[in-house]
Amino acid sequence: MTSTSIFTPEGMYRFAGKLAVPCLVSAAIVALIAFYLGFFVAPVDVTQGNSYRILYIHVASAWMAMLLYVLMAIFCILGLVTEKKLWPMIAASLAPTGALMAFLALWTGSLWGRPTWGAYWVWDARLTSALILFFFYLGYLALQNAIPDWRRADKACSVIGIVGVINVPIVYFSVQWWNTLHQGASLTSSGSSIHPIMLTALLVMVAAFWLYTFGATFARLRSIILEREKGEEWAQELALKGEL
Amino acid sequence: MFRLFRAVLIRDLTLALRQKSDILNTVFFFIVVVTLVPLGIGPDQQLLRLIAPGVVWVAALLAALLSLPRLFANDFADGTLEQMLLSGEPLTVIVIAKVFAHWLTTGIPLTVISAVFALMFDLNAEVTVALITALFIGTPVLSLVGSVGAALTLGVRGGSVLTSLLVLPLYIPVLIFGAGAAEAVSVGVSSSAYFLIVGALTLFSLVVMPIATAAALRIAAE
Amino acid sequence: MDQWGSFSDFISMGGYGRYVWGAYGMVIFCFICELVSLSRRRQRAAKELLLEARAHQAEEDL
Repeated sequence: MTSTSIFTPEGMYRFAGKLAVPCLVSAAIVALIAFYLGFFVAPVDVTQGNSYRILYIHVASAWMAMLLYVLMAIFCILGLVTEKKLWPMIAASLAPTGALMAFLALWTGSLWGRPTWGAYWVWDARLTSALILFFFYLGYLALQNAIPDWRRADKACSVIGIVGVINVPIVYFSVQWWNTLHQGASLTSSGSSIHPIMLTALLVMVAAFWLYTFGATFARLRSIILEREKGEEWAQELALKGEL
Repeated sequence: MFRLFRAVLIRDLTLALRQKSDILNTVFFFIVVVTLVPLGIGPDQQLLRLIAPGVVWVAALLAALLSLPRLFANDFADGTLEQMLLSGEPLTVIVIAKVFAHWLTTGIPLTVISAVFALMFDLNAEVTVALITALFIGTPVLSLVGSVGAALTLGVRGGSVLTSLLVLPLYIPVLIFGAGAAEAVSVGVSSSAYFLIVGALTLFSLVVMPIATAAALRIAAE
Repeated sequence: MDQWGSFSDFISMGGYGRYVWGAYGMVIFCFICELVSLSRRRQRAAKELLLEARAHQAEEDL
């Protein structure tokens, strides 16, 4: 067994390999727990009836979409600053899952909006910001796809990722200013205004989404490593030994 | 450093003025797009007055977008950009000079022409002044942010469409507050906050974007 | 726990079934699609790597 640091492609490949499936499996289990708490323990909402239960996956996916973009930007910065190969690979493996979360935030938000506000789409602060965040992700992915040389693609995406993340709070603030229809932030530092059981279920669901993200990202990272390290000895050895 | 700035600025302005069609095309596009809106929506004056600031700003965004390739593509193609990178001169100064030249040949003409829209949309004097002022303060953002997109997509296939995808979401804050300024005046609400925020966006872009653009140019030229 | 009178009550979610299950369904669908596409990407990458490795080995043997 080598003592390769996990902060190299080779080390990370092995490390991620050990964790990917366990993360996904635990994600499923935790999600089931969240589902149970959210549907069988939490009561019906007085105003919204049962439609509020979409909240668990809507808030979870929205938070993930935002957090993953920030995380992505951090790895972009690390990649530009340290010139280590692994950091841009991690950023690239986060992006598609982040984009998916942004899409799901939009979809679930839309389906929640219909019974709550009467329309599938409303230009409220949160949905609009989520849409723009989705565009930021798409831009990142489009740029990555357009540049064939992954060294240049990584660096270019790092720039747009950093510029994008600086703009996320600006856009959010702008859209909030522009429209304040959405119910005010229920989970603020001054204490949440939602039922404690619902809050618990929500946090458990968020945990499940995190675990899923880790699993999917590790899996994608492994593929990216194999694609980019094709010419490296360690990778070719593993392939020939059938230990991939 | 100021001599470098002046030299690049004069160069870019001279090149732009030699090829006047670029500037005129941008302005013409701006006018046409804005003109299309009443034709598509109907001549209801009250409605037009309401949507005018937003329409003008969206058209300005699109016109700015169209003119972005001009920033770096020509220099990239004939090797001048590489010379600039090799010269050892501070790249951010060169970028700021080029972006300034771009604004003088895009943002300023757009701002000036927008006075015409006061007639088209039957805007009163205060709204028109607010519209023009907001454009004047905010169009630099279009050039600054646009320069990042233009630099990132240099030489990439399908570059201009990709640039739009990258840059338009970044234009949203200045759109919201720029159009919002004139809208606020049109409903009689205080607009000072809007102007202040647009100004803040411009200053912020001025500080941050040239650095990003310079980095992107180095990446593109490798 | 016993807030759902019957299974059909659970499915209809007080009339909001379409929305609730439409939302959850899409989430599950997307996750499955993502995982499937990841698995396919991995297989492709592994195959290409193997080809590369074999070609490299053949070169070395020469």
